[in-house]
Amino acid sequence: MDIERPLTRLRAPWQGLGFLLLGVPTCLLYCAYLTALGLTGLGLGVLLVPPLTIAVRGLMDVYRRRISAVTGTAIERPYLPDAPGEPIPRRFLRLLQDPATWRDVLWMAADPIVAIFTAGLPGLLIIEGVWGWLLAGFAGDLLTRYGGNDWYLFIHVTDGFGDDSALRIGTATLGTVLIVLGFAFGPALLRAYGRWGAALLGPTEASKLKLRVKQLTETRSDAVDASAAELRRIERDLHDGAQARLVAMGMSLGAIEHLLDRDPEKARQLLARTRESSAQALAELRDLVRGIHPPVLADRGVADAVRALALDHPLSVEVTADLPGRPDAPVESAAYFAVAEILTNAAKHSGASRVWIDLRHTGGALRISVTDDGHGGASLDGGTGLRGIERRIGAFDGVLALNSPPGGPTVVTLELPCGLSTLA
Amino acid sequence: MRVVLAEDLALLREGLVSLLEAHGCTILAAVDNGPSLLKALVEHRPDVAVVDVRLPPSFTDEGLQAALEARRRIPGLPVLVLSQYVEQLYARELLADGTGAVGYLLKDRVFDAAQFVDAVRRVAGGGTAMDPEVIARLVARGTRDTPVARLTPRELEVLELMAQGRSNAAIAQQLVVTERAVAKHTANIFGKLGLAVSDDDNRRVLAVLAYLNR
Repeated sequence: MDIERPLTRLRAPWQGLGFLLLGVPTCLLYCAYLTALGLTGLGLGVLLVPPLTIAVRGLMDVYRRRISAVTGTAIERPYLPDAPGEPIPRRFLRLLQDPATWRDVLWMAADPIVAIFTAGLPGLLIIEGVWGWLLAGFAGDLLTRYGGNDWYLFIHVTDGFGDDSALRIGTATLGTVLIVLGFAFGPALLRAYGRWGAALLGPTEASKLKLRVKQLTETRSDAVDASAAELRRIERDLHDGAQARLVAMGMSLGAIEHLLDRDPEKARQLLARTRESSAQALAELRDLVRGIHPPVLADRGVADAVRALALDHPLSVEVTADLPGRPDAPVESAAYFAVAEILTNAAKHSGASRVWIDLRHTGGALRISVTDDGHGGASLDGGTGLRGIERRIGAFDGVLALNSPPGGPTVVTLELPCGLSTLA
Repeated sequence: MRVVLAEDLALLREGLVSLLEAHGCTILAAVDNGPSLLKALVEHRPDVAVVDVRLPPSFTDEGLQAALEARRRIPGLPVLVLSQYVEQLYARELLADGTGAVGYLLKDRVFDAAQFVDAVRRVAGGGTAMDPEVIARLVARGTRDTPVARLTPRELEVLELMAQGRSNAAIAQQLVVTERAVAKHTANIFGKLGLAVSDDDNRRVLAVLAYLNR
């Protein structure tokens, strides 16, 4: 056994007892759940099981959180995703088909017993030990004097116990041994209980795969939708912009050719206008390309591209970056456009005057935080576009976290798992 | 004027060569990639280099990097950078050493041959030629700052033209006012921004750019 920190050792037995106490609501809910399942034949179960399943899952979440807090290893939720708005009978069937539901039932049935022999045991030993001390001190004497008797493990507390000091010392010693054992094995038993929890409450390989497939299907369709929308936008911009201008220029050139001899002055005016038009077409193409893939991003990578963005931004934006290499191009591009959109949001909604952007690569992920000194109160929904960003970075398993208390500041954090290429 | 030219698109390269030769420049070398550019610059030490930002082999900002490297080796080497896009970030890097003799223009500016050649001459003479688009964005950013916000619209116009690298005479011509009026505006601008007035056009431009680039 490795050496525990004294505090952990002192705490473990009581944390274990907490799990034992949690067994009380678990037993009650277990009975209710079994009853509801039993009523399926009468049709009542179809109505009762879904809400009770939610309650069970809530309780299991309490276990998951407690076990995570105590053992330090997080247990993920194993449940297959919900389908909102489905009819109750289908919901009932779906819940019963989810293996996690049955693993929860097994947990409710077995955990109170498992907990007694693992997490709860040290606490029980210590309480028993303290009872031994009390018996040896005065309780044994008191008990026998009023005609009672008791077994303290193998020691019979009966008439004459109070006067037999050897027996009393023996009882106290035995109590001490129990207390020592309780503290000695507390952390190890708690860890054993944590493994039991992880085994039954966590996702199985199969359910992990199912969840992953579901998530991949969603993000893939988001990604396909997003790129299709993007292509449509580009097509429209080209059609209405540069393409139309080139047509107009061609027509002007035809007219100029025609006017050249008859009215050179008019031709010259038209020529100047045509040149202006070509400059405008170029400007539009430039903007379009900037929207597809900004040149600085291609040249220098995401850190400098965000710096360039900051320089062009109406707010005062400070950028710090610590990237020893460059992420893959698609990740760079997703990160860049996410930051661009967050900045646009900040300028539009937050009332901020200053923004700080930090880019770094930690723990195998590109981590970008955008902080503004605005009035806060932003939400993922409510037309801020953050939901859209979340969906787009979802294609790279990226996540977005928003922290925006009323009164500010607002912090948007992006995390995109990726490697870094070493700089050439 | 002896010029080294770097542009990877043959059509544009030839166009630039004939344009510059038509205006009395001698083309010492016309190259199409970053490494040859650096070599040509160090070897020929031209009066001015006209450089496309994006060059092979990497097709990133290779031209800019080569130009910056050449300026590190030959301080004050006049460089005019051309690009399909202008970025404040790159403008900053070109201006960072504070010696001037740099230009940064959109390729479209070549359409107006006279103005383009004027910009090349200005850079060769140690002046600056910043694209109006860069300057407009720089000034827009500057207006966050109270001193710039206190300028009158006319003064802002003069400030932009000055930051582009134009002389008082050129500004006067563009705005159709007298040179004296421009000088008055300039004095006001420098007063409001708290900058020391200088008679030297180039130093004046650099001071304004440094102020806006803070």
